[in-house]
Amino acid sequence: MSHGIRIAVHEWGEADAPPIAVAHGGFDFARTYSRFAPVLADAGWRVVAWDQRGHGDSDHASLYSWDADLRDALAVVDSITDAPLPVMGHSKGAGVMMQFVAALPHRARALVSLDGIATRRSMPDVPDHERTKLLAGELAGWLDFRRSVVDRQRRPDTLDGLAARRARMNPRLSKEWLRYLVSVGAREDPDGWRWKIDPALRMGGFGPWRPEWGLSRLPGLGSPMLAVMGLQPEMMGWGSRPEEVEEWLPPGSRLVVLDDAGHFVHIEQPDRVAKFVLQFLDDLP
Amino acid sequence: MPEETAPVVRLRNSRIDLALHRLRDGKGRPLLLLHGLGERTADAVPPHLVAWPGPVWGLDFTGHGASSLPVGGGYYCEVLMSDADAALAHLGRVTVYGRGLGAYVGLLVAGARPELVRGAILDDGPGLSGGGALPPTPYVLREPLPVTGTPDPYALLELAQDVRPPDYATTYARQATTLSGLDTALAVCAVVHPPWLAAVAAEPGVRQVTRARCIDPFLGID
Repeated sequence: MSHGIRIAVHEWGEADAPPIAVAHGGFDFARTYSRFAPVLADAGWRVVAWDQRGHGDSDHASLYSWDADLRDALAVVDSITDAPLPVMGHSKGAGVMMQFVAALPHRARALVSLDGIATRRSMPDVPDHERTKLLAGELAGWLDFRRSVVDRQRRPDTLDGLAARRARMNPRLSKEWLRYLVSVGAREDPDGWRWKIDPALRMGGFGPWRPEWGLSRLPGLGSPMLAVMGLQPEMMGWGSRPEEVEEWLPPGSRLVVLDDAGHFVHIEQPDRVAKFVLQFLDDLP
Repeated sequence: MPEETAPVVRLRNSRIDLALHRLRDGKGRPLLLLHGLGERTADAVPPHLVAWPGPVWGLDFTGHGASSLPVGGGYYCEVLMSDADAALAHLGRVTVYGRGLGAYVGLLVAGARPELVRGAILDDGPGLSGGGALPPTPYVLREPLPVTGTPDPYALLELAQDVRPPDYATTYARQATTLSGLDTALAVCAVVHPPWLAAVAAEPGVRQVTRARCIDPFLGID
């Protein structure tokens, strides 16, 4: 339980093994780590992931925010250990865990960021008056969505239909792996399969947040950091370049760049990414 | 004689029930009041707004007044903007008057719904500054806050930390000005100008007014 919200926790490995806390990305769910986490577990780690509020098997909430996700992360870590532990996250989950390390340095031993560093704004680089129109459309679209969201349900589809939709985000995954993701990330209703994620959540965003805010927390982090980047361009990716990220990393960081992987590095290349993570964890002081 | 209990319309914003209070009847375009952080809709029309010819309504934001309390927090100002939009869905074209937090939300909704918000008045009040122009040092709340009713302590905490960059605020001001077609889209009567409001006040189409005359720019417009 985190502040009245039930959070579903998923674990791999022995209960008495050293723990590592792992956050998934926005619109994803903990069991996207089902291929990656067992590799860490086999190497002697207790991997603890959780479905963020509104995602996977956790409660749907009335409101969602970055700070609320951060509180939920602390509630999960509190349920594991009081001792400092390595924390890891993918995409937005990496951003949340980076803030966790910045806010609670005494609770973190290390940070692993899986394609989780944004250096650019999502808004295209266009002249000011064009941007005004773009943002106006974005805002009206979001407000129209909010007006329509009462009692909204996600669209039902077949398992293969949802797998095909997921394939648009993960173009290099096998059909079998995509079908597995649907089988745990969606549920079967009488009229078809639906993603479990709260239908009140909507992709795409606006708001005051800007990538410099996340970046500016990086150089001061007191824990060793491993940053893994996937360079294949994808709709869910950040479009960050290694040279833009490098200068912000805290002293002693490692940067691993995967040219042939996309944004979901741990889903696409679980064994290879786990190898980098295990090497980093083994080398921790 | 003020009415004993203002009639309340219940609105829905996703999973939240919102209370929209009718403070006074009138002819023409409604004035929509947005309260400050931790406040609720006032019982009566404030003296400097009684000259408004149309009906006067007040909205209780999520977690405030007679609106419902969400579980586990998660507040930010854009969600309150969608509260205000729920009121627009019910009332149609309005002029907005916002205090403090409500002034910032009034700016946001004026920029996001320029065809429905016929001018917004930005006044002093609780929560005017928000969390400043840059993110504060991060802090994570560990123990759950005791929630006994409205205002929701999570709202008080989170909306006091909501970051308001000046260039973000001016984006909304420019949208309100360019897309509403109004000569004056925003009127500032707040005495205090935190960075976001100082930037907004310097934009074309934004007028400085006294509190006593704050409704004037919006009396003769469609």
